[in-house]
Amino acid sequence: MAEPVLEVRHVVREFGEGDARTRVLHGISLTVRSGELSALVGPSGSGKSTLLNIMGLLDRPSSGAVLIGGRDTTQLDDRALTELRGRTLGFVFQFHHLMPAFSALENVLMPAYADRGRVDSKLDARGLQLLASVGLTERAHHSARDLSGGEAQRVALARALANEPALVLADEPTGNLDTHSAEAVFGLLRRFCKERGTTFLLVTHDSRLAARCDRIVTLVDGRVVSDARRGAADTAPGTFSET
Amino acid sequence: MPFEWFVALRYLREGRSQTVLIVSAVAIGVGVLVFLTALMNGLQENLLAKTLGSQAHIVVHPPDAQVRALHLDESNEVSFTRSEKPSQHAQSIGQYAQLLAAITAQPGVLAATPIVSGSAFVTRGAIQKSVTLRGIDLASFDRVVAISDKLHAGRFAITGTEILIGRELGQDLGVGVGDRVRVVSAENRSESFTVAGIFDLGSKDVNQRWVLTPLRAAQTLLDLAGAVSSLEVKVTPVFQAEEIAQRIARRTALVADSWMHTNPQLLLALQSQASSTNVMQFFVTITVALGIASVLIVSVVQKSREIGILRAVGTQANRVLRVFLIEGALVGFAGSIVGSGLGVGLAKLFVSLQRNADGSSMFPIAITWQILIAPIALATGVGIAAAVVPARRAARLDPAEAIRNG
Ligand SMILES: Nc1ncnc2c1ncn2[C@@H]1O[C@H](COP(=O)(O)OP(=O)(O)O)[C@@H](O)[C@H]1O
Ligand SMILES: [Mg+2]
Repeated sequence: MAEPVLEVRHVVREFGEGDARTRVLHGISLTVRSGELSALVGPSGSGKSTLLNIMGLLDRPSSGAVLIGGRDTTQLDDRALTELRGRTLGFVFQFHHLMPAFSALENVLMPAYADRGRVDSKLDARGLQLLASVGLTERAHHSARDLSGGEAQRVALARALANEPALVLADEPTGNLDTHSAEAVFGLLRRFCKERGTTFLLVTHDSRLAARCDRIVTLVDGRVVSDARRGAADTAPGTFSET
Repeated sequence: MPFEWFVALRYLREGRSQTVLIVSAVAIGVGVLVFLTALMNGLQENLLAKTLGSQAHIVVHPPDAQVRALHLDESNEVSFTRSEKPSQHAQSIGQYAQLLAAITAQPGVLAATPIVSGSAFVTRGAIQKSVTLRGIDLASFDRVVAISDKLHAGRFAITGTEILIGRELGQDLGVGVGDRVRVVSAENRSESFTVAGIFDLGSKDVNQRWVLTPLRAAQTLLDLAGAVSSLEVKVTPVFQAEEIAQRIARRTALVADSWMHTNPQLLLALQSQASSTNVMQFFVTITVALGIASVLIVSVVQKSREIGILRAVGTQANRVLRVFLIEGALVGFAGSIVGSGLGVGLAKLFVSLQRNADGSSMFPIAITWQILIAPIALATGVGIAAAVVPARRAARLDPAEAIRNG
């Protein structure tokens, strides 16, 4: 079995204080292995985004631990978490969240600029290559605000890959796209996973997309109710076939 | 380019109309500040020049005491005895050469000159005018009270029995350059002089009363052989005159009166002008700071989701902080550069509009590098200070919250 990229152990997340306190995640344990394209599914409000934020070091669990490359992140301060996040994790959100004041190329390279602390034209080649891999070479110098929804989400995917992360966390990246664009974005995820060995964890509501992933984790009310690998023994019934 | 500058510059360009508005606001504040400071400084300089044009910054004269040993300094290196004159013009200073040298050597002293002075009458035919006779050493006197460039007519020279008189006195007596007048001292000695030049020191009173003769002639007329009445001193900066006067008094055991001591009402006027400038500066500063802070706070709120994304892709909190500090600094700097131009333009316009009948400017305006550099430095600093609160707010945003809620 491939080595673990990211592990969550007994993660609990509660929001609010006193009587208003609600537990959203009830002790989640999960291991994401290198080279996998996994889907995280579940009804709205089941805690998928909350879990993804914790895995992405954007939020801290109320208890439990997040391990990245086998290293416990619990004791890290904000500076170290930020550095680790920038170098080993990539994000794609439901809305592309590109920065409108910058060009497509600059948006793609933003994680690299942030990591180096400076803007360096030597990075341009890498940015253009990433844009080429999402089929947007000719849009490189267009402002992010001039891109269509599908184009913007592809740029956001290229941005997530800028620092060659060990894991890309994608929270409903196709949720806001038409079927055609959604298919294009998902196709790219699969290609990157296959060709470059990039690991993806994808939250989706689209069961047909989920079915095309290597693994499906189902979350209900803050608990993992099923964790199924294609071609392996399932913890829950269901068969998976490529469509 | 450093990451923070890249983002800050792009944000300022992106928020074009907001940026233009706040830079304009800063520019107007700084422009008004520069203009009013230039005007105030000009008025102050004018007032000072008018008052101190004919007056030495410090007048050193003997105390009212009788015969007494005077020391130059604590070590008693040089001491001398002042000759006692029992006449009405009583005290005088003998052996003033060493004293002059000692005073000139004091820090802040530009020049010092000996003066012999007493009352006298000037007569020309049937006309008689009461004047102050001042025996001077022309070269050093000119260094203390610049008079050579205030010569209205004639030559700037007095030798033997030549004198310089003021414009009004010349008119009163009906004399011009080359005419002869008679000077009669209170000691009842008299001498005939030729008018070598006519000066205009800008004060009617001085022009009517001052008669400048060679030192020797005045000593003879006033019966002060070898002695002088006072030593007059020019210092820099002028507002340190009182301090320097006190030092001279301590070292020489003579009385030293600064212009600040003899013109308390002028000093008060200058000080209240200065404090009104400070009050104005204070309020302009506050206004500029509030303007910059409010624009940046709005910008941080508008951009909170973007800030969350920046943090998610690995931007350190202190870099986010610096982005907004740089924005504040740039707005302050750009605004104050434009404002300085505005202030100078306003001042020039004002000067050209306010003219006297003869075409000379009514309001002198003093534009120096200091009055431009100070507001630019101030506005840039204020920009940074005003950005602290919004910048900290941006740096402390919880990235998960910011992305979720925008
Ligand atoms: N910051 C928060 N404060 C309070 N409640 C929250 C917060 N974030 C998420 N929740 C709650 O946690 C639950 C799970 O939310 P979320 O993780 O966004 O679900 P999903 O992404 O599966 O739709 C929801 O009931 C939501 O209201
Ligand atoms: Mg969600």
